[in-house]
Amino acid sequence: MGSPVAERSQSPRLDSKVPSGRLQEKWDIYKNSVSLVSPANKRSHHILVVGSGLAGASAAATLAGLGYNVTCFCIQDSPRRAHSIAAQGGINAAKNYPNDGDTIWRLFYDTIKGGDYRSREANVYRLAQVSNNIIDQAVAQGVPFAREYGGMLSNRSFGGAQVSRTFYARGQTGQQLLLGAYQALSHQVSMGRVKMLPRREMIDLVVANDRACGLIARNLITGELERYAGDAVLLCTGGYGNAYYLSTNAKNSNVTAAWRCYKRGAFFANPCYTQIHPTCIPVSGDYQSKLTLMSESLRNDGRVWVPKDPKDSRAPEMIPEDARDYYLERRYPSFGNLVPRDVASRAAKKECDEGRGVGETRLAVYLDFADSIRRLGEHTIRERYGNLFEMYERITGDNPYKTPMRIYPAVHYTMGGLWVDYELQSTVPGLFVLGEANFSDHGANRLGASALMQGLADGYFVIPYTLGAYLAGTRQSDQVTETHEHFATVEEEAGARIDSMLKNKGDKSPTQFHRELGRLLWDHVGMARNRTDLMSTIDAIENLKEEFWERILVPGSADRYNKNLEFAGRVADFIELGSLMARDALRREESCGGHFREEYQTPEGEAARDDEAFADVAAWEHTEQDPALHLEQLSFENVHLTKRSYK
Amino acid sequence: MIINLRVWRQEGPESPGKLVDYTVPEASEHMSFLELLDVLNEQLLADGEEPVEFDSDCREGICGSCGLMVAGIAHGPQKRTAVCQLHMRSFKDGDTITVEPFRARAFPVIRDLVVDRSAFDRIITAHGYVSVTTGSAPDANAIPIPKDTADEAMDYATCIGCGACVAACPNGSASLFTAAKIAHLGLLPQGEVESPQRVTAMVNQMDAEGFGDCSNYAECEAVCPKGISVAGIASMRRAYMKGLLSG
Repeated sequence: MGSPVAERSQSPRLDSKVPSGRLQEKWDIYKNSVSLVSPANKRSHHILVVGSGLAGASAAATLAGLGYNVTCFCIQDSPRRAHSIAAQGGINAAKNYPNDGDTIWRLFYDTIKGGDYRSREANVYRLAQVSNNIIDQAVAQGVPFAREYGGMLSNRSFGGAQVSRTFYARGQTGQQLLLGAYQALSHQVSMGRVKMLPRREMIDLVVANDRACGLIARNLITGELERYAGDAVLLCTGGYGNAYYLSTNAKNSNVTAAWRCYKRGAFFANPCYTQIHPTCIPVSGDYQSKLTLMSESLRNDGRVWVPKDPKDSRAPEMIPEDARDYYLERRYPSFGNLVPRDVASRAAKKECDEGRGVGETRLAVYLDFADSIRRLGEHTIRERYGNLFEMYERITGDNPYKTPMRIYPAVHYTMGGLWVDYELQSTVPGLFVLGEANFSDHGANRLGASALMQGLADGYFVIPYTLGAYLAGTRQSDQVTETHEHFATVEEEAGARIDSMLKNKGDKSPTQFHRELGRLLWDHVGMARNRTDLMSTIDAIENLKEEFWERILVPGSADRYNKNLEFAGRVADFIELGSLMARDALRREESCGGHFREEYQTPEGEAARDDEAFADVAAWEHTEQDPALHLEQLSFENVHLTKRSYK
Repeated sequence: MIINLRVWRQEGPESPGKLVDYTVPEASEHMSFLELLDVLNEQLLADGEEPVEFDSDCREGICGSCGLMVAGIAHGPQKRTAVCQLHMRSFKDGDTITVEPFRARAFPVIRDLVVDRSAFDRIITAHGYVSVTTGSAPDANAIPIPKDTADEAMDYATCIGCGACVAACPNGSASLFTAAKIAHLGLLPQGEVESPQRVTAMVNQMDAEGFGDCSNYAECEAVCPKGISVAGIASMRRAYMKGLLSG
C-alpha cells in the first residue's frame, strides 16, 4: 500500500475540478463559464444511460428533452420498477415552507455534518441549492405529495435535522418520485428521443482512445450479448448493499456494471462506507431472502426502548414504564429518537450485544407507538404511517397499533461508489456516474430523505450542464462505432466469463456463495470493524473467490432467461468488491459515520474521527496485483470540523 | 410445514406448458411465498433439475415485478397483498398450491412464470404523463391543491403496475391500470390540462395491445394489491365517450 507519507498526499490523478470562488457562487460560476453544445449538435450526440431509477430516468428524460439522442437500459422488465421505487420516507429540500428557520446553508451544513465531514463541500452545497428545484419539478409532473388542508405542501422531520424539510407522499415517496421521472422518460420515448431497452444488463464497459465509448449488455430474455456505442456513458446503477446478501436492496440490485467500470479504469472511492439502517424488520430464519425497511419517519412518533432487565420476558405491553430503557432519549437528549442512522444503529447493536435484545432471536429492539396513539389518536397515526403498519403486519403477523414493532439494523445504502469529480465524471473520461452509484455527496453517512434528493439533483439539474462541458471538448474523430475492435474484444471476454461459469458444473449454487460472502461482510465489515477481523476477512474472501470458480453450479444455458446465470455473474463481482471493502475499512484507521473501527472510539463508545490523518477520500485503482490507493484530500473552507454530537 | 406445489413449467412463448408437482418438505410459516419458491429452486438445483423462473425484485410489494396466480387467485388468497408479501402462515401444513403465471392475451409467457408486461409501458408512453420538461416548473406551492383531491390522486397513483388486474379479469382488460393513471393525473391541476388527449390516447393504446374491454366484473379491484377503486374506470369511460362525441 505504499509508505504512509505517500499515502497521505493528494493524488495527481484525482482533480476534483471544484470551481474557485465563494462556496455560494461556485455552481453559478461553473454554469456561467461552461461550454455549451448547440441544439443542432446535441442531436448528433448519442448518450447511453444505464439504469432507470431516479438518477437514470431523470437524466435520460432531461437530456432527451434538451435534444440529445438517448438510449436507456434497465435490468427490470420495465423502467418503472427500478429500486428507487422502494424509498419510503421522503425527500429533503430547503424550501423553508414551515418557516422554521431552514436555509440552503442549513441543509448543506446538516448534510456535511451528518456525513461526518467526509464529503466535498462544493458538491454538497450544490445539492442543497438545487434541492428546491426538484420539488417544483416533481409537483409539475403530477407527483401527489402530502398536503395540508389549506392546499399547501406538507413537511415532516427526519433524522439529523432540527427543522421540518422533508416532503413526502405517504410512505411511498420513492415510488411517486420515480413514477414522475418514469413518466417524463415515457414522454421522451413517445417523442422518439429515448430508446428504452428493458431487461438488459450492462456487463462491461468499452474504452477506446482513453474514453468511454460504449458498453456490452446482455439481453436477459435471449441471452444475446449486444454492443452499444455512444459519446458518453452515464452509470446510474445504484449501490452495492447486496454484497451483504441480506439488505433492504431489491434482489436484482448489484454492483456488476460499476465493478466492470472499475476494472476498466474507474477508481472506486470509499467502499467501506455502508449505511446500516436502524429500523428494519429483524431476520426470521435461514431462508430469508432480503430485509424490509421500516421508514425512518416512524422515529418521529415511535419511541425506541428495551427492557432494563435482560431477563425480563414479559410481553412488551406488560412491562411498566420504570422497567423500560428509552436508551436513545437517555443518551441523546437533544435529538432523542431522531439521531442519525449510524448512531441509532450502533446503539441498537450495543443493547443487543449486552443481552437486552427482545424477541425470539434477541436481535431486536422495540419501536413503540403507544404514546403517540394516546396523544394523537389512532386515526392520525394511521394517516401518517398506515401503509407501513400494514406492511409490518403482513410480514410479522403482529399488529403495531397494539404491540410495539420489533426492529433491528440492516444494510440499506452505500455511500461509497465510483469516484467522480465536480462534473460527476469518473477517472475514465466520458464515463459519468450519478446517484447512489457515485461516492460524492453523503460522506461517511447519509441522512434520511437525502438519497432521493441526490439522485434527482444529479439527473435533472447537474448532468445536463456537466455533460455538455465534456461533449463540447470532444471531436468527431473520437467517435467510434460498434464495429471497433475494442467492442469485439470486450464482448469476447464477457462471453468467456459466462461460458466458464456454465461449463464449471460444480456443486454450489450462486445463492450459497452469496450467503457466505454476506455472512463474512456482516460479521466483520458491518456495524463494527477491527484490524484483526478485517485482515482475516480479506484472506477468507480470497479463499471464497477461488472456491467460487472451482465449485460454482449454474444450471441451463446462456441463450435464454436464466436467473441463476445472472446471479452467478453478480456474486462473482460482489466477492471481489467485498475484498476491496475490507481493505478500505482496514486502511481507514479512524471511526466516522457508518465506518466504526472498534480501536477508535471515545470513552463513551462514540465514533472517534481522526481529521489530521483521514480527512480524505480513498479512491482505489484496479491493477493486476493489489489495488492501488489514491487520495483526494478534503479541504474544509466553510465549515469547522467539530465532533459530531447529538447529545 | 410440508407444502406441495403444482407449478406451471413452460420453456418459451411458443412451447406447450404443463403443471409439474413438487414438494417442499421444510417450509416455515414465517417464509414469504417467494422464499418458498427460492427454497424449491435450491432443491431443484441440488437435484440437477432446472429451477423455476419467476420475476421478483423489491420483495416489499412496491416494484410490481412479481405476479403469480396462487391457488387460482392473482397474488394469492390474502387481500391487498402482492405475492412477495404473502406469507406461508396463510396456508396449512400439507396444502397443495397451484402456481401459474399471469395469463392474458397481452401478456405472453416468456418462460415458466415470467410474462411480458411491456404493453403497460406502451400505454404509459401513449400519454400517461404531464408534458413538462425539466426546468420549466413554477414554485411547488404556486397552485394550492385541496387535500382531499391530492389524497384521491395519491390513491390512484399507488398503482404498482403488476398486472394482477389484467390476470384476474375475465376479459383480460387493462382498464383498472389505465384508469388509475388517468385519474391520478386528471385530478391534479398539473395533469388536468391534457386530460382529453390523454384519455383518448391511452384507451386506444390499451385496445391496440389486445387487452379486453371492461364488463364491470370488478375482479380487478378485488385482487389489486393496492386496493385501487374501479370508480376510476367509470370516469375514464365517460371521458372517453365525451372525447369521441366532441371529435
